[in-house]
Amino acid sequence: MASNKLFNILVPIISVLLGLIAGAIIMLVSGYNPIAGYTALWNGAFGDLYFMGETVRQITPYILTGLAVAFAFRSGLFNIGAEGQVIVGWLAAVWVGLAVDAPMIIHLPLAIIAAAAAGAIWGFVPGILKARLGVHEVIVTIMMNYIALYCTNEIIRSVLTDNMDSTDIIPPSASLASEWLQGLTYFSRMHYGILIALFAAVVMWFIMQRTTIGYELKAVGFNQHASKYAGMKVSKNIILSMAIAGAFAGLAGAMEGLGTYGSISVMSGFTNLGFDGIAVALLGANTAFGVVLAAILFGVLKVGAINMPTGAEVPTELVDIIIALIIFFVASSYIIRWILLRFKKEGK
Amino acid sequence: MDYVIEMLNIRKEFPGIVANDNITVQVQKGEIHALLGENGAGKSTLMNVLFGLYQPEKGEIKVKGKKVNITNPNIANDLGIGMVHQHFMLVEPFTVTQNIILGNEPKKKSGKIDIKKAEQEIQELSDRYGLKVDPTAKISDISVGMQQRVEILKTLYRGADVLIFDEPTAVLTPQEIKDLIEIMRSLIKEGKSIILITHKLKEIMEVCDRCTVIRKGKGIKTLDVKNTNVTELASLMVGREISFKTEKTEANPKETVLKINDLFVKDTRKVDLVKGLNLELRAGEIVGIAGIDGNGQTELIEAITGLRKTESGTIMLNNKDITNMKPRKVTESGVGHIPQDRHKYGLVLDYPIGENMVLQTYYQKPFSKGTVLNYKEIYKKANKLIKEYDVRTPSEYTKARALSGGNQQKAIIGREVDRSPDLLIAAQPTRGLDVGAIEFIHKKLIEERDKGKAVLLISFELDEIIDVSDTIAVMFDGKIVAKVKPEETNEQELGLLMAGSNKTEAGDRNGIK
Repeated sequence: MASNKLFNILVPIISVLLGLIAGAIIMLVSGYNPIAGYTALWNGAFGDLYFMGETVRQITPYILTGLAVAFAFRSGLFNIGAEGQVIVGWLAAVWVGLAVDAPMIIHLPLAIIAAAAAGAIWGFVPGILKARLGVHEVIVTIMMNYIALYCTNEIIRSVLTDNMDSTDIIPPSASLASEWLQGLTYFSRMHYGILIALFAAVVMWFIMQRTTIGYELKAVGFNQHASKYAGMKVSKNIILSMAIAGAFAGLAGAMEGLGTYGSISVMSGFTNLGFDGIAVALLGANTAFGVVLAAILFGVLKVGAINMPTGAEVPTELVDIIIALIIFFVASSYIIRWILLRFKKEGK
Repeated sequence: MDYVIEMLNIRKEFPGIVANDNITVQVQKGEIHALLGENGAGKSTLMNVLFGLYQPEKGEIKVKGKKVNITNPNIANDLGIGMVHQHFMLVEPFTVTQNIILGNEPKKKSGKIDIKKAEQEIQELSDRYGLKVDPTAKISDISVGMQQRVEILKTLYRGADVLIFDEPTAVLTPQEIKDLIEIMRSLIKEGKSIILITHKLKEIMEVCDRCTVIRKGKGIKTLDVKNTNVTELASLMVGREISFKTEKTEANPKETVLKINDLFVKDTRKVDLVKGLNLELRAGEIVGIAGIDGNGQTELIEAITGLRKTESGTIMLNNKDITNMKPRKVTESGVGHIPQDRHKYGLVLDYPIGENMVLQTYYQKPFSKGTVLNYKEIYKKANKLIKEYDVRTPSEYTKARALSGGNQQKAIIGREVDRSPDLLIAAQPTRGLDVGAIEFIHKKLIEERDKGKAVLLISFELDEIIDVSDTIAVMFDGKIVAKVKPEETNEQELGLLMAGSNKTEAGDRNGIK
């Protein structure tokens, strides 16, 4: 069925369009001008170089958290823990950034690796609990999110600072920030992290599509019995998958810690980067390339939304509604498939 | 002639294929009408049209002479058409009664479900047709054969006059098949009509009145069963002559390949299922294990292949101890395994058929270098096997899921045999396949034997065991209880041995020494 591939592309595109249309209707019903609203959204994301830089900055962690969810999903695991993995990655990156004194060529990679390792550990725990004891990864990852949040807050207050709400800014040797990129984009917070994120997407594609590791991971995701029969170690693959997924999310934390903010602050709640990653992965059909596209869409919507209240007096909450609607339409892609099939039949 | 069901010139297309091309089937009242055809011939599609799951592009359906338009299964139900599916549609934790009334619950005035009344009705139905079903039993506690009867009761409870049986014997033991045939006869006696979808010729000869043969989506012929024979039916179904007697020369067994000593294996519930089993298998022979399902066969295979831990005892392969080795080590030591459940174990259904061909060898050269896969080599190998083993697939990139059962099985056999293992374990290798595929697979097993490999065949089909094996080992209650030569026994004797009688008793009762 050649049309299958076309469907896989068409369904998300149509979902996005339906989401935008539904959003327009909601704006109309609530007494706002949808055209002005979407113009403001567009300008907020692409209006000038500053906004464009901010959009790219927002896309960066979305790619990584999207990969974190998608990677685990390909081996049949639901990584709801990207959120916690982001937080511990962020903490580890900043910690290494502050504690180590070294030239950039060592310091920056070390901080990035620390973030990935922290995320990997945070994925490893639910992985091993699932593999050895059969505890469902959804439950463990959700709990790990809270553990990450509160432990990180405590460490910021009592280890990294003396009862302060925010750490110092990391030295330039550990920073992803780039004066050149900032200058180019009227001092947006855009940083070199986007290159890491895109590279990570290539890594995921390579592992999944080109290596024996990916062959095993996907086989385990599709059919554990057949994998075991074929001599693959199912539990090893579950643990590995969660750890690699966690590493991706940990990198997303590094993007925030080393790129956007250069520090870490006590959080009153979740960053939502990890939770949005679930939607990014879903919209991107759990493929590396799809995740990049979906992350771009999410980045544009999130950053563009900031301009909606000032540009068109539309509340930013509306963007959250539109995003939710898009996800709704993707999740109910069955309906879209059905409609497409209908059209095809009648077209014959 | 009085027809209860008439399907006239039915045509059903799917993208790219015509599943039913102008098929006509007419079922008389009170007959058992067989629908015979290879896997993928279009039998199930035709019945799904009748049951309202598919809409035909052309043709008409008449029920009791009246033209009807069946657009969904509820309409089929109202017209008195019931279907006993091959894969049961039962809620395991529910009782028999709860399952039967599901969607059609009798209610008291208060709105509560009247379970007592339903149980009574079901008991009456069960007694009337001799089904012996306990309405209060839980589905998860009853045997597969019983579950099928629950499916039959479900259609009767809904007032079905015409029952469609979709491959009903595929999951049953020989004894259960006998019981089912009795049940079918008593249904006919009570005025019901039956459509039996099958590719098992013996069943048709035994129980059916008339038979419609379907081949590649076309209706070939409808004939009276009493005027035909197995050979004619088979050649009509496949479109060429089929040899039933498996051609093979005398076995020439050589050195011992597999030696199992006093093996104990527990099942998932921690109950001993293999209890002190001894078995020896030599190069160049096929040993067939006959036994009723649940006597430890599955656990035995899983123990040999490393999928299950043994409790005690030893398994030696070529004088090397492979007890409790990991599956990969066992495979590498020279064991090929055609698993009983090809969907669960044999294939990753969502992988292309080509990638399934290297399921155990993907990490070896030339299929990968380091950890990087070499798709060119993988697909080269896949193409070779697809050709050699006549796996019919649109392409090597087609998902395994899209292939018919017979072609999936040929792919698995190709993969396992191609590794040239010293020991080939074939567990129910022809389950659910049609005669053409069965013939092919039996030939391959015998070829392997002739190449000097040891073949361990596990099957619930006694025909297959008797036809293919050089030695039959009867397994009962976790042990090999008897060893017989296929030419010195018959189905009756084997049946008794499988049920636990000892050899002399079984032999005496059947006139065999």
